[in-house]
Amino acid sequence: MIRVILPAHLRALAGVDGEVHLQVAGQVTHRSVLDALEAGYPVLCGTIRDHQGGPRRAFIRFFACERDLSHEAPDTPLPGPVATGAEPYLIVGAMAGG
Amino acid sequence: MSSVRVLVGTRKGAFVLTSDGRREQWEVTGPHFAGWEIYHVKGSPADPDRLYASQSSGWFGQVIQRSDDGGRTWQAVGNQFSYDGVPGTHQWYDGTPHPWEFARVWHLEPSLNDPDTVYAGVEDAGLFRSADGGQTWHELSGLRGHGSGPSWQPGAGGMCLHTIILDPAAPGRMFAAISAAGAFRSDDDGKTWRPVNRGLRSQGIPDEDAEVGHCVHRIAMHPSRPSVLYMQKHWDVMRSDDAGGSWREISGNLPTDFGFPIDVHAHEPDTIYVVPITSDSLHFPPEGRLRVYRSRTGGDEWEPLTEGLPQRDCYVNVLRDAMAVDSLDSCGVYFGTTGGQVYASADAGDTWAPIVRDLPAVLSVEVQTLS
Repeated sequence: MIRVILPAHLRALAGVDGEVHLQVAGQVTHRSVLDALEAGYPVLCGTIRDHQGGPRRAFIRFFACERDLSHEAPDTPLPGPVATGAEPYLIVGAMAGG
Repeated sequence: MSSVRVLVGTRKGAFVLTSDGRREQWEVTGPHFAGWEIYHVKGSPADPDRLYASQSSGWFGQVIQRSDDGGRTWQAVGNQFSYDGVPGTHQWYDGTPHPWEFARVWHLEPSLNDPDTVYAGVEDAGLFRSADGGQTWHELSGLRGHGSGPSWQPGAGGMCLHTIILDPAAPGRMFAAISAAGAFRSDDDGKTWRPVNRGLRSQGIPDEDAEVGHCVHRIAMHPSRPSVLYMQKHWDVMRSDDAGGSWREISGNLPTDFGFPIDVHAHEPDTIYVVPITSDSLHFPPEGRLRVYRSRTGGDEWEPLTEGLPQRDCYVNVLRDAMAVDSLDSCGVYFGTTGGQVYASADAGDTWAPIVRDLPAVLSVEVQTLS
């Protein structure tokens, strides 16, 4: 089970409270987690990355295990504790604006 | 008894303001989609319970919301706006070619007779249509591709298609306006387009009376006389009597002819409203006095409407989509400000009162008259 923490606006859009729990088949990567997230919550399509599964939106960041993973390639395996569910995968709206 | 529903889009959410036909006591609900920019909310003329809202965010992009119960509940529908074919380039602020990139939906215009059909005007300027209640969107690329697109340039707020007008009398005729490209007309349901800017003069472009390149801020039409169009341009208030074929200036005695919104009285096609703003560099009312100006002669002769509006220390702006009228017997006029006030007049502008004073900056105001 993969644990995903969404920013507040996307939790509201998806209608979820707290963490989202996902089952991801195969290797756990940015892409496979986002694919599973969008499959479970289609309303999030286009809000984190483009509709073709391409690059993340400019003000979106991906954190896990106290590291900024935002610049990794989409198919990079996520850290082991994320894959086992020991640590969450954080999707973060970059700090900016008012 | 009739009632009115005012749909307000703001920088931080949408609000729905409702009242009976007296328009004295108001119920305010919201914020809907709190924290998101709501560029526009509009109801279907064919089904007043069907509403569409443009919800966007610099972080999370574009969402389109739809309500089937007059704004009580909403569901997100399709948000994929893909330009048709290879998008090509337009001009950037410095004149260099810049790829067409979708940023947001500025304006949603539901069909006059089918609640499932709705048009979207977007930044970078393009026109999209949905025929399934907003689930899927397809570009009407004849506008962007008619020939002048590569020369279009953004205005300060971005290169937005902000005005869509559907002609109720001429099937297939529609108008669109773009900052800073100008006005365009289609006579075949949006398949093909041509610029309709003859008579516009703009000092901020190299060729003052160029076919395209004008910063049109807003166009309004009265449904009973669709060949007459009124325009608030970056500077100048203009009028066309031949469906955009030619324009003449009607600024007359306005204190300044810069501004953003323009609208027409529901029952008097020669009565029009503007909100003069000091200048393109001073986006607030002249002398700190918030005045709506009304012409009862289709332009040229204007009177200030001040009763109930702040006449000192007022430095708000009124944006292009933030004025609307209802169609009750005594026509109501509404506008919202960047200071978060929504003002209403139940007597065609003679007197005004705020419905709310402290919303986030208002981006758009629409009104539904309900029976």
